Amino acid sequence: MSKLGFKTEAAEPSKNIAKERLQFILIQDRIKLSPGEMDLLKKELLDVLAKYINVDEKNIRMDIDRHDGMMALVANFPIKRSG
Amino acid sequence: MAGKVIVITSGKGGVGKTTTTANIGTALALMDKRVCLIDADIGLRNLDVVMGLENRIVYDIVDVVEGNCRLEQALIRDKRNSSLFLLPAAQTRDKTAVTPYQMQELTESLKEEMDYVLVDSPAGIEQGFKNAISGAERAIIVTTPEVSAIRDADRIIGLLETEGLKNPEVIINRIRQNMVDKGDMMGIDDMIEILAINLLGVVPEDENIVISTNRGEPIVLKADKSRAGLAFQNIARRIDGEELPLMSLERDTLINKLKRIVGLS
Repeated sequence: MSKLGFKTEAAEPSKNIAKERLQFILIQDRIKLSPGEMDLLKKELLDVLAKYINVDEKNIRMDIDRHDGMMALVANFPIKRSG
Repeated sequence: MAGKVIVITSGKGGVGKTTTTANIGTALALMDKRVCLIDADIGLRNLDVVMGLENRIVYDIVDVVEGNCRLEQALIRDKRNSSLFLLPAAQTRDKTAVTPYQMQELTESLKEEMDYVLVDSPAGIEQGFKNAISGAERAIIVTTPEVSAIRDADRIIGLLETEGLKNPEVIINRIRQNMVDKGDMMGIDDMIEILAINLLGVVPEDENIVISTNRGEPIVLKADKSRAGLAFQNIARRIDGEELPLMSLERDTLINKLKRIVGLS
């Protein structure tokens, strides 16, 4: 696992960095949350979920989707495999 | 005849709004459509230069709304296409010289005579932008594959929807496929995923654009010799309702994915 982690880190194409930064910026722009508030929201959501399920904290993803003039906050909390 | 009024906008400056407006307009005129281009960038007039019509300006948009001349007197007929017209911006006034209501009236009377009225919007989200979109029923957003331009495009999409211009479409300009292949530029799929919007077309970076702007001749006039010209021609055909696949800048799987998103298959 550490081997994989190292590999992706070293070969990270700059467009992925652009994409990640953009996704974060757009969330802030779209729902007008500061990075601090966003972190807090993520943390509070995680606290609630962690009470019931084993969340893979490293791979949480939050996104704003927009369809036909409606926006939705889509949060992705992957579940850790037990054992 | 009741033509369509389409605003071409971007948020960020320098992404190619004016070049796009000139080329789509010229391409539509080459398809025998009656087209009027409106330069709504008052104070920073440029569409006339890109079209090579700067020496023919007598009256401008502000003269029309202030009643110094009739609308027909201010329209400049294109050198190459008798069905293409330009209503130039004023250079010595500012964005408040035309109101949204006046712009609406202007586009209303123009679309009686035209198949398409294309409004070249100024950069920014202030009064000039609001004026430019006020008569439009359809919006095209031009962006480049850069973080700053996409961020601004996203903001514009939100503003357009608030103003009732639903389902705006995007043109991705100045894509460099070699950089996309190397992973150093966001590709079409990345941008669609991020913006969640319909893609109207993709225009590759092309040195011929600089040459054509130097000459004041839109590149679609030489669409057979340039990829950007061909891309603009395809965009014009899509605007006119033709179902046309995207140019092969990208791989097959991607094309298919996009076709689905754009609704071509």
